[in-house]
Amino acid sequence: MRHIISILMENEAGALSRVAGLFSARGYNIESLCVAPTHDESLSRLTLVTSGDEQVIEQIVKQLNKLIDVVKVQDMADTAHIERELMLIKLQAHDAVRQEIFRLAEIFRGQVIDVTESSYTVQLVGPGSKLDAFIDALGSIPVVEIVRSGALGVSRGPRGMLIPEA
Amino acid sequence: MELSGGEILVECLKAEGVDTVFGYPGGAVLHIYDALYQQEQVNHVLVRHEQGAVHMADGYARATGRPGVVLVTSGPGATNAVTGIATAHMDSIPLVVFTGQVHSALIGNDAFQEVDNVGITRPCVKHNFMVKDVRDMAETIKKAFFVATTGRPGPVVVDIPKDVTDPKVKIPFDYPETVAMRSYQPTEKGHSGQIRKAVDLIVNAERPMIYTGGGVILGRAADELTHFTRRLGYPITQTLMGLGAYPANDKQHLGMLGMHGTYEANMGMHHCDVLIAIGARFDDRVTGDLSKFCPHAKIVHVDIDPSSISKNVVVDVPIVGAVKSVLTEMIELVNQAGGAKKTRELEAWWDQIEQWRGMKCLDYKWSDEIIKPQYVVQKLWEVTGGDAFVTSDVGQHQMWAAQYYGFNKPHRWINSGGLGTMGFGLPAALGAKWAFPDEEVACITGEGSIQMCSQELSTALQYHLPVKIVSLNNGYLGMVRQWQEFFYSGRYAMSYMESLPDFVKLAEAYGHVGMRIEKPGDVEGALREAFAMKDRLVFMDFQTDPEENVYPMVPAGAGLNEMILV
Repeated sequence: MRHIISILMENEAGALSRVAGLFSARGYNIESLCVAPTHDESLSRLTLVTSGDEQVIEQIVKQLNKLIDVVKVQDMADTAHIERELMLIKLQAHDAVRQEIFRLAEIFRGQVIDVTESSYTVQLVGPGSKLDAFIDALGSIPVVEIVRSGALGVSRGPRGMLIPEA
Repeated sequence: MELSGGEILVECLKAEGVDTVFGYPGGAVLHIYDALYQQEQVNHVLVRHEQGAVHMADGYARATGRPGVVLVTSGPGATNAVTGIATAHMDSIPLVVFTGQVHSALIGNDAFQEVDNVGITRPCVKHNFMVKDVRDMAETIKKAFFVATTGRPGPVVVDIPKDVTDPKVKIPFDYPETVAMRSYQPTEKGHSGQIRKAVDLIVNAERPMIYTGGGVILGRAADELTHFTRRLGYPITQTLMGLGAYPANDKQHLGMLGMHGTYEANMGMHHCDVLIAIGARFDDRVTGDLSKFCPHAKIVHVDIDPSSISKNVVVDVPIVGAVKSVLTEMIELVNQAGGAKKTRELEAWWDQIEQWRGMKCLDYKWSDEIIKPQYVVQKLWEVTGGDAFVTSDVGQHQMWAAQYYGFNKPHRWINSGGLGTMGFGLPAALGAKWAFPDEEVACITGEGSIQMCSQELSTALQYHLPVKIVSLNNGYLGMVRQWQEFFYSGRYAMSYMESLPDFVKLAEAYGHVGMRIEKPGDVEGALREAFAMKDRLVFMDFQTDPEENVYPMVPAGAGLNEMILV
């Protein structure tokens, strides 16, 4: 099963490589990985998407917690949550399909953010499955390139991830 | 007090109560060596190869329970140390390893003797740091010792660029008294509800088995384990790493379990109804085929590392906590419950165990002509009163040491269990001898392993470390040969070494005493003579049966009840 795992880490050099190294050393799968600073400059938030049975996911969470720089780990599957991913997709847009691309982008609540005589670049936000659906819906329209951010997740409700006291 | 980075490092070691650093100098650590040179409190042992330094610190740590400290230079100094670091990591041994690094301004430029120490060691340390600013030195070292010695212990590397120890840059020094890390807070106390649940299962067991590992020794819980086991009257088996926590000469002890475990221990595991796993990690050499592991048992697992729990074997009652604290609580509850309840069933269980024990699986064929390796270990036990520190290398001799030297105390059996590092035995013995100069220290080894770190014979002379080397020389890489005999139809690919050195002369060349022993009748005399030479390192080269195998054996992929006995 697919899991989104959120990790708060000490904002130290090499923190990301500890996580990436753990996954490769133990043979866990990473579908996507996304890391950025947070409002607390001592922390980075890392979101990764992985898959595995219950025992594998349990080990992944435990092994992540075992990393000394990891402050907090949350498996989003344990809680009601929102998933979002950003996609920038560049399409060959010749006369015959320009209208069609526009229409599809609208249906998916995307925006065309770059235009040339022969191309459109569409920006789309949503859960990964929605982005996949958009790509499917393009049918025979040729894709030049796809850039996806990887999924982000946040729990629903007023509470954030709890940071333990030192 | 204003100090340079090098001086701060040395002051931090003093504050941590470190008496010895094992190391080897080089360009990137010269400032630190200069600071070490100008004081007398912290000793330095100069090794002959950095791998030896880490194994020595490791042997020191395993013998004393205190962290071992290593200092090596950048580049090859650090990469040579990696095998030692990985060895300590697999066996959860607390080490703090200082590696030199090139000048900060040169990092990333492929400078002379530059290597990414933090990157190379990342997968084989508990944690590592790079000190980028001399102002961070003291706090980083405090954290390094804290992380290395608490929770599930392990090696910590501290990488220090040369400019950070520049003697011209002096700053006020203040060693932090305490350290708190929000991201690292190991659980000490077990969940009391889980402990109650476990004890309920334990006292009602009909065919119980206690299975313990190195965690009991690391957690200094041998006394609690002994008390717990005797109070219940249950059979106990210990892993290779756990030997000595419970006395081997006690009748409740069934010996080691696993691939070369005893028949009674492995059959007990297979047939038990409640398995009490304490400070052990269900390693593949212990479990055999997981699908056939303890098929009838409810399993209680006590471990300080949550990731050890349900990693290989899914357990029924997990308890995360320090073994000592959890056992103390368990003993209290067992007492409240009035001890084990199923007296009649337990009697039948012991009858069954005694039948298995009656197979005498560790008996071997005696020979008047050729020395049996098992016999050497048994005689070593007699000559040392079963009370020596015994280190080993890796292979057949390691298994015979574990099987035939009955360890009655913790911290006395020192071997590379997890990584299986040949070359570990001699430097580890020197580290133990350094810590306990008045105790007997023996290194059981083979002619293959000893050659992987024999250069440390030179260190032994320089620092007067008169350990006794018991080499079981069968001319083969014995464990490899055994597997080739069993599983490769006797095709002994590259497991026979020609042109072995004359080990007597080798020992003598390094200023020690060498002995070559060829007849079974000479074994005991040679050992007595060697141990009588209190102040000399003696290398005993025992010519042993080349085709002796380690039995019993659970072949890889088999269940624990599927043993080869002879």
